[in-house]
Amino acid sequence: MAFEGLSEHLQRVMSKIRGKGKVTEADVKEMMREVRLALLEADVNFKVVKDFVKRVSERAVGQEVLKSLTPGQQVIKVVKEELTELMGGEQSKIAVASRPPTVIMMVGLQGAGKTTTTGKLANLLRKRYNRKPLLVAADIYRPAAIKQLETLGKQLNMPVFSLGDQVSPVEIAKQAIEKAKEEHHDYVLIDTAGRLHIDEALMDELKQMKEVAKPDEIFLVVDAMTGQDAVNVAQSFHEQLGITGVILTKLDGDTRGGAALSIRAVTNTPIKFVGMGEKLDALEPFHPERMASRILGMGDVLTLIEKAQAAVDEEKAKELEQKIRTATFTLDDFLEQLGQVRKLGPLDEILKMLPGFNKIKGLNNLQIDEKQISRVEAIIRSMTKEEKMHPEIINGSRKKRIAKGSGTSVQEVNRLLKQFDEMKKMMKMMTNMPKGKKRGLKFPFM
Amino acid sequence: MNFFKKLKEKITKQADSVTEKFKQGLAKTRDSFAGRVNDLIARYRKVDEEFFEELEEILISADVGVTTVMELVDELKMEVKRRNIQDPQEMQAVISEKLVEIYRGDDDKPAELNIQENGLTVILFVGVNGVGKTTTIGKLAHKLKSEGKTVMLAAGDTFRAGAIEQLEVWGERVGAEVIKQTAGSDPAAVIYDAIQAAKARGVDVLLCDTAGRLQNKVNLMKELEKVKRVIEREIPGAPHEVLLVLDATTGQNAMSQAKTFKEATDVTGIVLTKLDGTAKGGIVLAIRNELRIPVKFVGLGEKVDDLQPFDPERYVYGLFADLLEDKNEQ
Repeated sequence: MAFEGLSEHLQRVMSKIRGKGKVTEADVKEMMREVRLALLEADVNFKVVKDFVKRVSERAVGQEVLKSLTPGQQVIKVVKEELTELMGGEQSKIAVASRPPTVIMMVGLQGAGKTTTTGKLANLLRKRYNRKPLLVAADIYRPAAIKQLETLGKQLNMPVFSLGDQVSPVEIAKQAIEKAKEEHHDYVLIDTAGRLHIDEALMDELKQMKEVAKPDEIFLVVDAMTGQDAVNVAQSFHEQLGITGVILTKLDGDTRGGAALSIRAVTNTPIKFVGMGEKLDALEPFHPERMASRILGMGDVLTLIEKAQAAVDEEKAKELEQKIRTATFTLDDFLEQLGQVRKLGPLDEILKMLPGFNKIKGLNNLQIDEKQISRVEAIIRSMTKEEKMHPEIINGSRKKRIAKGSGTSVQEVNRLLKQFDEMKKMMKMMTNMPKGKKRGLKFPFM
Repeated sequence: MNFFKKLKEKITKQADSVTEKFKQGLAKTRDSFAGRVNDLIARYRKVDEEFFEELEEILISADVGVTTVMELVDELKMEVKRRNIQDPQEMQAVISEKLVEIYRGDDDKPAELNIQENGLTVILFVGVNGVGKTTTIGKLAHKLKSEGKTVMLAAGDTFRAGAIEQLEVWGERVGAEVIKQTAGSDPAAVIYDAIQAAKARGVDVLLCDTAGRLQNKVNLMKELEKVKRVIEREIPGAPHEVLLVLDATTGQNAMSQAKTFKEATDVTGIVLTKLDGTAKGGIVLAIRNELRIPVKFVGLGEKVDDLQPFDPERYVYGLFADLLEDKNEQ
């Protein structure tokens, strides 16, 4: 119980009220107590929690809820609305300087993930906005920090500007911008050293860098696991530098991420991106309303739909539906489906976005081994055309050959064939269902 | 209340630069924490529900954790009843007494490292990303070297860009050999190599770095289990210490980290880093209380000698130094 997320907490509280015909003031009070505890356990700053609870209580106890037809639902709505509000309304974009290059400074405490995020942001700028960023290694203090950014640059095939660790960061920033102008880079991403917000000397250095670089954006990179101190850190950086946005990292952990709420509330600067994994494409725009939904356990369906649209070919989807209907779904189709699903990203991430998924016992900690899928793909690829069309002809010796060819075992081949068989049976059952219930059949194995 | 006097005396007896370091490192922490407790005590004339509610908030703001705070406050309430305390002034002592009690737990063992008298000692470092594992290894290597031990470092973080180079810089700084392979290689293999090398060269202590990993990544935790298995297989009784590095700025998630890493690698101690910021690291209280994992070291700054053995009394003294001094003047 101790480790459940904010969403489970609120869900439990809500389920008590949901369906109730009438909500009394005492009900609301009890619920708010739970909300308060849940938020505190989620590391939301206690002052922010206090405000939040007060605001929601007022609205919930007020006319709006008590007299509505479905008071239980109404309370949930109020909580969600206020939560979204707290996280800062609509998402924001990255600034574009009227005269390039656009300069972005990355600042934050040690170990927040600035360097990795710098790489991810550069990747995103190039991929999504077709920009040409220059990475600047201005962390001269931490051993091998420059090397780290250079390695990332190599992985991304992007230029990294560095002057070694003997030149002052202010000078590095200055020269980097000149170089960017010469070489027509439209974005300059400056990776600065991690520092404590109370380290005056180092904070002064950042102020000087700001003066020289005149950045269009100063992003504060914050670890999503940060506790109550998030407020102090964010406030201090904001007061001294005037940050323009926040990037929240390590949100793919099991942290409840209350820091997000706190930072937003005290600095009034938007959270622009969230780090969702160790890979270089794991930086996503921050969507407050989606995040609120996710916290409340309503699932992040919007993100899922967006991802699916980006990855799934409409034509092919229709074709597939036809095949399912006529029961001519073959192992070849299965292989293609696997490929499409994989394009969506790590499977366990996708599953987490499904509403109610975290409520299914035993599944909330599910980890899908991507390697397992690769093995399945290998098995199918080791089959002949005929075998893929008519798996029933696969006998013992064929199985042996397939296992050998795919580097797997006969048992694994058997398992796959059995699963495929069951899937087909299931599809048959589904196609026999009355119309209208057939929807959502596009990913049969999810 | 002679508790403060006792504590103060004990501390001044061993008064040295270390206590001073604690005080400096915790200065910011102390200012806000002790200041607020003081303020609380000054403002209330009676120890009542409201008093406790606000105390609850102060403790929560130190990241102590809701469950532990509730327990602590309940115990305090009992204590108040038992001793019939009316005056908030008296609460100062009771509060710090309880805090030290939680830190101490049942045993009085000092938080010393389990270093073998003869033969190789292997210490494995684990933790999530960005907590300061590599830096801590560098600092500890320096400390062990200055105690006359020979030290070897194993570059087990083969994942993060620049991690191997970072450890190499530390190796150069403190004069310790670094055993490494190329980036992306199997960490268990690196550690295996390092153990063989350590045995062959007859070094005293082998410090094993690992890549930071979020504790909910099951596959990565399995990889860590494998690393530990390799160590166990090669040297009976090893690893002699598994140190979980925790960032003091981390909130309640630190408990989840401690729990999961303990399950996977049987953590024997905690290194609490970045305590020189404004974060209080109060979650170690809860971790000690619930999981009985002691804090062995604290990181109090960026310098190579800023890693200090953890002493609960000094820690609480650091937190409450203002209160102690006030008390003595009276």
